[in-house]
Amino acid sequence: MAQTSGFGRVVLKAVLDSLSLPAFILLTTMMGFGSLARSSGFEPEMAALATAFIWGLPGQLAMVELTATGQSLFTIIFACSLANARFFPMVVSFIPAMTRGKTGFLELVFYAQLLSINSWAMCLRQFPEIDPDYRKLYYVVFAHTILGAAIAGTLLGYHASAVMPDTLVLGMIFLSPLFFALVLSAVPQASARASLILGCLVVPPAHLYFPSIDLLITGMVGGSLGFFLGRIPIIRRVLT
Amino acid sequence: MNNETLWLIVLGSSAATFFWRLLGVTVVEKIDPEGAVFEWVSCVSYAMVAGLVFRMIMMPESDLASVSLAIRCAAVTIAFTAYFAFRRMLLAGVLAGGASLSIMASWAG
Repeated sequence: MAQTSGFGRVVLKAVLDSLSLPAFILLTTMMGFGSLARSSGFEPEMAALATAFIWGLPGQLAMVELTATGQSLFTIIFACSLANARFFPMVVSFIPAMTRGKTGFLELVFYAQLLSINSWAMCLRQFPEIDPDYRKLYYVVFAHTILGAAIAGTLLGYHASAVMPDTLVLGMIFLSPLFFALVLSAVPQASARASLILGCLVVPPAHLYFPSIDLLITGMVGGSLGFFLGRIPIIRRVLT
Repeated sequence: MNNETLWLIVLGSSAATFFWRLLGVTVVEKIDPEGAVFEWVSCVSYAMVAGLVFRMIMMPESDLASVSLAIRCAAVTIAFTAYFAFRRMLLAGVLAGGASLSIMASWAG
């Protein structure tokens, strides 16, 4: 299969791929966030900056929901951080798929700050179709396009949520997890597939017994078990 | 809450999320992308993301909790059916799932 190469073609592909669905998903999801931020008492520019700089919906939701219930500053920030802890393993698994050879520290920090589940899942899916020398360009353009859509969605939701029926807002909030579920169902590696299944099995008890660190436990337990199960030949064959 | 506190919440939450990204960058250079440690970290991230998605759909803390579990499960099933019926087209799956949830929720409510 021919890989996409050249500055113009890669930029075009990144823009078209992001506009094909991910930008739309972020626009609608962040409309949900914008409307929640407003009901929690945030100003519109605060909501837009939260989208731009936290850039991880679960942490943003934790922030607005805990603010609405009047928690302390430390509690809110700590909960947001825990809700976004997945960025640590996500950055580690994403960067090597994109970069070749040595990359400057600040450049890597820039890539890490731009990462979201959307770009992580979609770029890992699209990278095989892109010339390795142009993957960074593809990622940066893709990530900025969806970031723009997300900020637009935040402001739109902040100002327009009052006129949308509740059931429509619910459908919009629902699009985001649905999209990730569909994208992740196509992950090829056996150990990753095992980890996805185990993540779903571990999260209910983890959430019940340790609600504040449920995702950390889910990642450690589900991921480690998935890693080992992916090495067993019979399980490999069933999952791939 | 006053505006200063709200700004501190936004900036503090941004910094607290950035901490994890920075930690990832400091570790990534030390890990061999072909090795077992890398595969394990990837598995941990897949499990965390899967757990998060599962929790958002099945055990939501957002307004989605006002929609019954049966409706949420039905919408997920419809989404996957549409996705595979339209030759793995993401748009078809997402639209079918989101629309069916909205419609079922308005019938039920």
